Amino acid sequence: MTDLTNLGIADIRDGVAAGTFSAREVASAFNAAVAKGKPLNAWLVETPDHALAAADAADAARASGDLKPLSGVPLGIKDLFCTKGVETTAASGILKGFVPQYESTITSKLFGAGAGMLGKLNMDQFAMGSSNETSAFGNVISPWKRNDGGNAALAPGGSSGGSSAAVSARMAPGVTGTDTGGSIRQPAAFTGISGIKPTYGRCSRWGVVAFASSLDQAGPMAKDVRDCAIMLEAMSGFDPKDATSLDLPVPAWEKRLSGDLKGKRVGIPREYRVDNMPAEIEALWEQGIAWAKDAGAEIVEVSLPHTKYALPTYYIIAPAEASSNLARYDGVRYGLRDLPDGANLQEMYAATRADGFGAEVKRRIMIGTYVLSAGFYDAYFTKAQKVRSLIVRDFEQAFEKCDVLLTPTAPSAAFGLGEKAADPIAMYLNDVFTVPSSLAGLPAMSVPGGLDGQGLPLGLQIIGRPLDEQGVLNAGLAIEERAGFTARPGAWW
Amino acid sequence: MSVDLATVRKIAGLARIATSDAEAEALLPELNNILGWIEQLGEVNTDGVEPLAAVIPNHLRLRDDVVTHDQTGGGIRDAVLANAPQAEHGFFAVPKVIE
Repeated sequence: MTDLTNLGIADIRDGVAAGTFSAREVASAFNAAVAKGKPLNAWLVETPDHALAAADAADAARASGDLKPLSGVPLGIKDLFCTKGVETTAASGILKGFVPQYESTITSKLFGAGAGMLGKLNMDQFAMGSSNETSAFGNVISPWKRNDGGNAALAPGGSSGGSSAAVSARMAPGVTGTDTGGSIRQPAAFTGISGIKPTYGRCSRWGVVAFASSLDQAGPMAKDVRDCAIMLEAMSGFDPKDATSLDLPVPAWEKRLSGDLKGKRVGIPREYRVDNMPAEIEALWEQGIAWAKDAGAEIVEVSLPHTKYALPTYYIIAPAEASSNLARYDGVRYGLRDLPDGANLQEMYAATRADGFGAEVKRRIMIGTYVLSAGFYDAYFTKAQKVRSLIVRDFEQAFEKCDVLLTPTAPSAAFGLGEKAADPIAMYLNDVFTVPSSLAGLPAMSVPGGLDGQGLPLGLQIIGRPLDEQGVLNAGLAIEERAGFTARPGAWW
Repeated sequence: MSVDLATVRKIAGLARIATSDAEAEALLPELNNILGWIEQLGEVNTDGVEPLAAVIPNHLRLRDDVVTHDQTGGGIRDAVLANAPQAEHGFFAVPKVIE
């Protein structure tokens, strides 16, 4: 029999339905891959029994003709999603030992659709990071290696770094991610997989540990575009428990997938040609443009004049929202408590937070506290929200001339662990292409385009109009069909 | 605009994060680097621009003012307290706050 861990979500769904293999065989194969993958440190909690129970339910459902959309598909769940009875820490020491008494809407929907859970995935602490180096439980190691004969440990991207490593190392056919400024798309690009952040409001935030609420969106990461469409359909939909959830029907994205771009206009934003962009990324972008043309699209140059201000805008708004959201970690209701001898309540708060939060989380809380403080609120926070309006307007004007935008996903291939850790701003700059669409709440995805000279994957990003996930997925499929990306990391672990 | 050590200590106090003198001194250049970088927004003319309120147009819903019976509802005291570092007699327990 073929190795079941090579299969994607559609393959598993269809194979279980056809009786080619049982769901139990699939779950067992992935459970074994998870157990074998420990050197990658992608998983914080392993839940093989959950995966097996869902598999047995799927096999029973097949016998009774009652299969659900994800019956027999075992998934990895980013540790930002609260899972009932399974420790959820957001990779932070301050939530160590936290066992949610409830299920997030997203995991509830996925399990309701028949999926099982292989485990909880490591990530940057509170989703703050682009390399998975801010986790309190150690770095995730990318399964990819440079082809230079060296053995440098590379970043799987972040913040959904356990997620990207799990799919690319074939420890899970699909995983959940979350994206606040690129945390689905950049790790997908770094590891040669696909991932989509839907329109803000498509996926419920209820039960997702909050980072920056006006930006946070969940989405799937998987081997290909079709698998992303299948998972996204199961994850999306109105949730009255999330005040910003969109009360709209979920389109049949998978059924309407088409890589034919005839009549579509693909916009190329000129401001994304940033200084010092590696020639290989420039070349891949040109290749992507050629693929889009080949798929029938018309190429148009567009302008997004405020692009260079997106990152500084983001690094005011996201920390401001984080400083407010993370005020809840006080050592009283859940998580860590540090009560030094003789400490009063205020001292307990301060000691707990000093012990429980990592350095990057503290840095962002401090920035956020400062930009919201009396006397500075207008100069920083209100100013940033105004620039954010201009960034949204840039996209509105661009989408008068085109249907989707095509850009690189990240300005570099995966970097080595530790290479950027000393300079926060250098790390922030890795999100230069993903942050603007996050600020505008737009659907955007990354698909693998090719390998660089060192044998590492590079991604192309497609950004769409609000609610046009179909247009994004279709353009992604057109690229995927032409890129023929089949490279994968050798199993050194 | 750059911050000084006293401001770093004040922010840490507002953020309720205990910070030693050495930590505050290490944070000072880091925060100033980041604040210096985000100050480039000053170049952008935002005269007459409204600050963004909602990224995707959506209306705020009201719901009936009743206790719900799902996970957000009432009657689940023990579940609410289950993860508390210290819970006593059905309450969260904290150090004495009244002398």
